[in-house]
Amino acid sequence: MTSPLESLPLFFVGPVPITSAIVTTWGIMIALALGAYSLTRRLTLVPSKLQAAMELMVSVLDGQIRDTSGAEPAPYRGFIGTLFLFILIANWSSLIPGVEPPTATLETDAALAVLVFVSVIWFGVRSGGVRGYLKSFAAPNVIMVPLNMLETVTRTFSMFVRLFGNVMSGVFVIGIVASLAGLLVPIPLMALDLLTGLVQAYIFAVLAMVFITATVEDGKPTSREAASNSASNAKEL
Amino acid sequence: MDYLSLISIFSAAFAVSFGAIGPALAEGRSVAAAMDAIARQPEAANTISRTLFVGLAMIETTAIYCLVVALLLLFANPLLG
Repeated sequence: MTSPLESLPLFFVGPVPITSAIVTTWGIMIALALGAYSLTRRLTLVPSKLQAAMELMVSVLDGQIRDTSGAEPAPYRGFIGTLFLFILIANWSSLIPGVEPPTATLETDAALAVLVFVSVIWFGVRSGGVRGYLKSFAAPNVIMVPLNMLETVTRTFSMFVRLFGNVMSGVFVIGIVASLAGLLVPIPLMALDLLTGLVQAYIFAVLAMVFITATVEDGKPTSREAASNSASNAKEL
Repeated sequence: MDYLSLISIFSAAFAVSFGAIGPALAEGRSVAAAMDAIARQPEAANTISRTLFVGLAMIETTAIYCLVVALLLLFANPLLG
């Protein structure tokens, strides 16, 4: 049995080994990009059936972002929505025979978790400046700085291991059962796998949203600082 | 088979079996609490079940960590070379 922790290269492009996960990832990326491009070319005020379905998806996404974080969804819609859709389709790509979900390999999940790590810094700096972002480490108290710094690394690692473990264990169990038993036996397990894939995609997106808004909220000036800032501004005027 | 690989196989099985006990109990408790809350307040079922799913995934992560440790022991054990 091959180890689930390593992936074998399919072919080489120059010195770069290409695994099946990379091929699937690029396939999903191209399908998503082409779909998004072609669906948004002819937007009308009175939506067609397809456009109405897309609008429903976007509004559900907005509602979820608003419910989980209390923030206005517009700045986060693109990133969180893409993250959710990509992981969902990647988890469900195992429905196509012969395709293994790219999220069942270490590299894809590590890349996604690093993406969340970087985006927390990006959104934190964008809303509060570098100073606001650094200040978010000292919330709620200066004593918490080492713990908060440790947490930014450990939560990234835990997101990565959570997604990898869940998807990979599903693929692994189905492989074992299929090698032991006959044709139709793994089907209930595959159905469970679909549910796991949906829940994991949702949780990855929600956690990314929670981390981002926590940093953004902690980086905002407190009411006392805001008052003193406006007071000094008034003096300068 | 030398004793290092024997111990690795045993501890991989131990990690998964004992690592599954805690999350199983915790998930049972949290689902029971969520059921209770939904029965008392059916109109809050959406919020409760959403929070429940996120919490369940967090709890499940501890079991997944055990699984990853077991797989490391079986497939990527640095001591076995």
